[in-house]
Amino acid sequence: MPYDPVLVQPMREEVTRLGIEELVDEAGVDQFMSRSGTKLVFINSVCGCAAGQARPALTIALQNEAKPDHVGTVFAGQDLEATAKARSYFADVPPSSPSAALIKDGEIVWFLPRHKIESRDAQTIAFDMVGAFDQHCA
Amino acid sequence: MGTFHHGKGDLHGITIVVDTTGSQVAIGRCDTVTPEGVILLDADVHDADESDVTKEAWIQKAAMMGHWARHPRIVVPTDQVASITKLGDV
Repeated sequence: MPYDPVLVQPMREEVTRLGIEELVDEAGVDQFMSRSGTKLVFINSVCGCAAGQARPALTIALQNEAKPDHVGTVFAGQDLEATAKARSYFADVPPSSPSAALIKDGEIVWFLPRHKIESRDAQTIAFDMVGAFDQHCA
Repeated sequence: MGTFHHGKGDLHGITIVVDTTGSQVAIGRCDTVTPEGVILLDADVHDADESDVTKEAWIQKAAMMGHWARHPRIVVPTDQVASITKLGDV
């Protein structure tokens, strides 16, 4: 059952204030995925112990010179249809949240699952993201 | 910011690998570790005796991309637990 939208709104804004596109329905996800270039899908979550570090990590990582052409976000547990649709583009990957998927030429080239976010600080998580951006988006 | 659940132990909310003294190994999000056993949510279980895939190979695959949540809740009895490891540390 989704959380109270009022509770979740600051977690949404922590991401959208970066200029990241919020994808709230299936059509939005399809439109986002149809774009050319590299795409990062950040799967947001209310989880304090993981998402509480993942969102600041994303902020840090997007300051890197090499970064995806497009960055979008869905909110797991909140925007259910959009999240399911986004995950359908990388259906071979076990779903987890928070997580992040980097798509290039229609293929997932890098995935950051929840367990690689848990127990790590934002800087360390960002280091992983930047490594992927440098490898696939430069 | 986000949701936190205090009083459930250091591993609460963390994805862990629970290896057993037998042929099974489980991965899931730790709820609590009690005297009776380890409670895992959204878990998957592998039995090396029923597969060509070793425990180690199965764990390594999960460490790359994650694990499938095939069971909403399982309990691994304490007397069967051989080790507990964070999947992120594998």
